[in-house]
Amino acid sequence: MEKDCCNCSHEPTDAEMIQSLNHIIEGFEGVEGALIPVLQSAQNLFGYLPEVVLKHISLTMRIPYSEVTGVVSFYSFFSTIPRGKNIVRVCLGTACYVRGGKDILKGLRDQLEINVGGTTDDREFSLEVGRCFGACGLAPVLMINDDVHQRVKPAKIRDILNSYRTVLEEVR
Amino acid sequence: MIDININGSDYSVDPSLTVLEAAKSIGVHIPTLCHLEGKHPQGACRVCVVEVEGAAALTASCSAPVRAGMVIHTESKRVRNARKTVVDLMLSEHVGDCRYCDRGDDCELQELSNVMGMREPMYDGEKPAVQMDDSTPALVRDTGKCIKCRRCVTACNEVQNVGALFPQNRGYDTVIGPAFAQNLDTVACVQCGQCAAVCPVGAITEKSHIEQVHRALDDPKKTVVVQTAPAIRAALGECFGYEAGTLVTGQMVTALKMMGFDGVFDTNFTADLTIIEEGSELLKRLKDMLVEGKPAALPQFSSCSPGWIKYAEYFHPDFLPNLSTCKSPQQMFGALAKSYYAEKIGVKPQDMTVVSVMPCTAKKFEAHRAEMGQDGVADVDYVLTTRELGQMIRSMGIDFKHLGDSAMDTPFGISSGAADIFANTGGVMEAALRTVYEIVTGRDFPLENLRVDSIAGLDGIKEASVLITDPAESWKFLDGVEVKVAVAHGLGNTEKLMEMIRSGEKTYHFVEVMTCPGGCIGGGGQPRFTTDAKRKARIGAIYREDEGKAMRKSHNNPTITAIYEDFLKEPLGEKSHHLLHTKYSERPPV
Repeated sequence: MEKDCCNCSHEPTDAEMIQSLNHIIEGFEGVEGALIPVLQSAQNLFGYLPEVVLKHISLTMRIPYSEVTGVVSFYSFFSTIPRGKNIVRVCLGTACYVRGGKDILKGLRDQLEINVGGTTDDREFSLEVGRCFGACGLAPVLMINDDVHQRVKPAKIRDILNSYRTVLEEVR
Repeated sequence: MIDININGSDYSVDPSLTVLEAAKSIGVHIPTLCHLEGKHPQGACRVCVVEVEGAAALTASCSAPVRAGMVIHTESKRVRNARKTVVDLMLSEHVGDCRYCDRGDDCELQELSNVMGMREPMYDGEKPAVQMDDSTPALVRDTGKCIKCRRCVTACNEVQNVGALFPQNRGYDTVIGPAFAQNLDTVACVQCGQCAAVCPVGAITEKSHIEQVHRALDDPKKTVVVQTAPAIRAALGECFGYEAGTLVTGQMVTALKMMGFDGVFDTNFTADLTIIEEGSELLKRLKDMLVEGKPAALPQFSSCSPGWIKYAEYFHPDFLPNLSTCKSPQQMFGALAKSYYAEKIGVKPQDMTVVSVMPCTAKKFEAHRAEMGQDGVADVDYVLTTRELGQMIRSMGIDFKHLGDSAMDTPFGISSGAADIFANTGGVMEAALRTVYEIVTGRDFPLENLRVDSIAGLDGIKEASVLITDPAESWKFLDGVEVKVAVAHGLGNTEKLMEMIRSGEKTYHFVEVMTCPGGCIGGGGQPRFTTDAKRKARIGAIYREDEGKAMRKSHNNPTITAIYEDFLKEPLGEKSHHLLHTKYSERPPV
């Protein structure tokens, strides 16, 4: 996205989205089974998969729209609603679950005032649940974007979240 | 051949078969709710499980190839119990009341539950959310009844290349439907009804017009006329236990008269008219190109099949100028009934109700199109599928099997054999060639017995060419021209043909497209369950009807001659333009 260009909160226009999307799709020309990697790249680029993007993928790749949305709605990884700047994933795999993952999730829901799959009104955070990040020895584990937070305790949640809040940074 | 053992007996079977097919070939029936003959096995319903000795788990027979030495049990206790569990689990999530279901007499799930002796539910759990979708003119979806077998997905994607239906969401929340499980009117659906034709339960059905037809028949102020498409007479009998391919034309007419229709007519009549108009249109395009040197939209595509029209509007809008502007025979009939005929019998168009009996669900959509009428009066008011007519006849206490034959009424009951074959793939083309060739050369169409065998039948795409020699004086420009024609049925096959035409790999003058496999005889409104064998039997019946007629060319139909003399004046003339021709518009594919 235009994230790095300046400090303004510039949302890409549909035309800009389509242009970037065409680059992604061109990269997969002639590749069989390219739908999922294209969707992944598109989501990485836009943060989520808006309707205009899905319809464009359907038309350009000549895959029925119902199939595109079928794949998107099958995988929990894909989101069709705008997501926050920071993706918070709580592990609820077996090890994290028995070591208090559920309490971490409750703490996050209370602090962010959203449910799993939701995004805060200020678009700062989205909350998701994961099934094992492969760090069972560090359970319970919380991932925010690409950072892994280990042996999280509910009491530490507020500080962890605050370290990601851009608004606070600006106030400071 | 390889040797296998099924239920204790040894058999030699073709090694290319699946266990399900091998069992069928030796007379052992394994139930299934998702398998479709000739299509990739889905393995979705798990009803077809069998026990294969040496295998740890039960095997889905629809997707397991036979192997030499296989020992298979299709009815062991373990199989029976597993199958019962599977069916019971389906029933536990099947939301609907069988007493009020459209599929009361041919529901595959109910039949299976019945033969397996299920008498009380084993499971009682959460029920899925129900979405009733009657957003389109032709089809109704009820997701509560859906058992997620995916036959409709195969029909919509593999057979028809439309892709309106696909599984959405995951696991328990799975919905078979359009994108994001929205209503059907939000997506590119051509309304062909092939989904409804293969659905094992009542999850997708046609939108019924039975009540509206009853109301019209009960209304003393209405003059109610009915037209029957050529494909009905070769399939309606199946609703009453006749073998597929039994012609019931005379009985059908008797039944319609008993039902109270004021005129019982034949869509065949306007099929003959279509040939005159569409043939003239083709000759005009050829003349424009060859004599005037004007660019002409060739090949000309046939326009009788409303599913194909909608498909072209969505997916091939650049070819819309190539579609014949002729309305389909159904719509031509309605337009003439409410003008020429209404005037003749002294009835106002708005006091006349035109009912069609069609093998087709898309015809309901077509009748509903805004451009299909005059001064706010629709050409066709209601469309019954073959199945709906069968149901109506039964509901009105008419003992079909004991009916004698009657003849269609005049003037729209007279038709040629060429009109009959509109019902099957290759038929419109053959009917057009019979007429066009004779107009141009003054001679009979040369192929033996008037049949274009080379382009009729069941393969997906066929082509043929006719060399014009020694034409009549006014057609001299066609001397030596090889008229190239092609035929496709099923939209998946049509898409392949379109790609060949688009790339320039193939060039034709005229292309016939029928939306459904086998043509109208395999339409989405025909009695269930249409197999390839039934398609062949119905086509056989249609050709018998054609061959049984003395008049086998559209331009020899005396009523056609009369209607041009009295009313239309000339093909492609002013009256024809208003009543018999139409236009198309591009539709966004997503």
